[in-house]
Amino acid sequence: MKIRQLSVFLENRLGRLAGVTKILGDNDINIRALSVADTTGFGILRLIVDDIEKAEACLLEKEIVCRVNKVAVVAVDNHPRGLSKVLNILHASSINIEYMYAIAEPCCDSSLMVFRFTEPERATAVLKAADISTLQESDLFQE
Amino acid sequence: MVSDLYLKDFVDRKAMEEIQLKRLRDTLERVYQKSEFYKQAFDRIRVKPSDLKKLSDLAKFPFTQKTDLRNHYPYGLIVVPMKDIVRIHASSGTTGKPTVVAYTKQDINNWAETVCRAFATDGVTENDIIQVAYGYGLFTGGFGAHYGAEKLGAAVVPMGGGSTQKQLMLIQDFKSSVICCTPSFFIHVIEEAEKMGLDLHNTQLRKGFFGAEPWTENMRQYIEKHTNIEAYDIYGLSEITGPGVSVDCPAHAGLHIFEDHYYPEIVDPKTGEVKAPGEEGELVFTTITKEGMPLIRYRTHDITRLHYEKCDCGRTLVRMDKVNQRSDDMLIIRGVNLFPTQIESVLLSVKGTEPHYQLFVTREGALDQLEVKVEITPLVFDDEVKTLETLRTEIKLKIKQLIGLNAKITLVEPGTIERSSGKAKRVIDLRQK
Repeated sequence: MKIRQLSVFLENRLGRLAGVTKILGDNDINIRALSVADTTGFGILRLIVDDIEKAEACLLEKEIVCRVNKVAVVAVDNHPRGLSKVLNILHASSINIEYMYAIAEPCCDSSLMVFRFTEPERATAVLKAADISTLQESDLFQE
Repeated sequence: MVSDLYLKDFVDRKAMEEIQLKRLRDTLERVYQKSEFYKQAFDRIRVKPSDLKKLSDLAKFPFTQKTDLRNHYPYGLIVVPMKDIVRIHASSGTTGKPTVVAYTKQDINNWAETVCRAFATDGVTENDIIQVAYGYGLFTGGFGAHYGAEKLGAAVVPMGGGSTQKQLMLIQDFKSSVICCTPSFFIHVIEEAEKMGLDLHNTQLRKGFFGAEPWTENMRQYIEKHTNIEAYDIYGLSEITGPGVSVDCPAHAGLHIFEDHYYPEIVDPKTGEVKAPGEEGELVFTTITKEGMPLIRYRTHDITRLHYEKCDCGRTLVRMDKVNQRSDDMLIIRGVNLFPTQIESVLLSVKGTEPHYQLFVTREGALDQLEVKVEITPLVFDDEVKTLETLRTEIKLKIKQLIGLNAKITLVEPGTIERSSGKAKRVIDLRQK
């Protein structure tokens, strides 16, 4: 998995999400994608940002628990059955997905999906063999 | 024969003091000769049993603390041969090891006597049916009430704790007239009865002996409003004997201490100096009839006052105020003793957590609830929900195993837990005092 993701622990308290995004905004960090996992007791905010080192540093400075980990960003055909095709390929190889979410902006004729796999190396290989591309950070942040 | 039991509840102060002095001397002599622990403790401050000329001389003797019991776990403070011990009880300990107490046959008899006198104080007789809804087992509540009720000659229903539906069935079918349990559990029983459409006014219940945890005047009113029960506070601690150290009387003017067995003092919790009658301080007990494991000047950490004036009920036994405050950080939740350090030891045993925590105690409905807020650290944080849920479950399970309480575990961000003057405030007790 090639793309770095920043995960942030969110206490179940009013205004926590607003607080974190404000810190990022004040530091000129752009969020490209996000998802929030919520439970009854807490939440986990997962972010793809343009400057992850800076984002991590400014959150840690505010004593916000966060962690950088790697995910795969997969180009999925932007038409019906595009996603199901990818998922079926993964399923056929018994690859487990921990979680996934979409990157909002479409890129050409593909949509971008963020995956966290249990076995990232094998997942990438399986996708590559099926001619489905996974992106590098440089692909995501080329301006 | 039984009636002789109650004579000491009414003797004048001088006669009581003579009994106490004799028993106290005997106890000090015995522990000095038989116990290496007490011999060393007395020798260390150069005090001898013969230095006790009058009761107030007890102030010269050293205190005993819960830590002494822990350091001599399990049998180190027993002063008789093990063949003379017939019972061993224990209460939950602060570091996983329980606090052990051991009784000879005579100790059990004396214990039964004081609980019997407690029941009789409030007019319970051999005609009563007493439902014991305290837990039986290592906890002293169930057996203490049981033996006292038997000694009185009442019919005992040894139901034990829990099983609310069954409690209600027995209250109705067995026509129990007296119930003994923790006050919070009984309020839970009342609430369940209401849900079932059962009005406890229509049962034979007339008296309730509630203890093992602090409770409020509001709780008394609630119980008395929803039943025909007159509610009495019964106080005790396992180290001294269990329930029946003191009891509320019909005058509800404090709890009469069975001081011919358990000699009370009030001391300044900080300096240890003995306070004058009527002054507030920490309650200290010396057992003056116990054979198996006598305790000299045992610090209860319960804050109260002693009143020596004769009570409106006619008894001359010294009275202590209802205890609602402690001089240490021990919490009593649903009858279970809990020190914040126990939670700390659980957190330290869970991989990757740091002991940044805060305990919230609330009373939802009748039952006390414990919420443990734990600060999450970058070390344990993972971007997967299940990792954190596993952590939560592990903490919850360990607390349940060590203390026996179902706690709610909430993970919070670092720095959320309020730190006053650099030191975290560990306990927020929101129960109404």
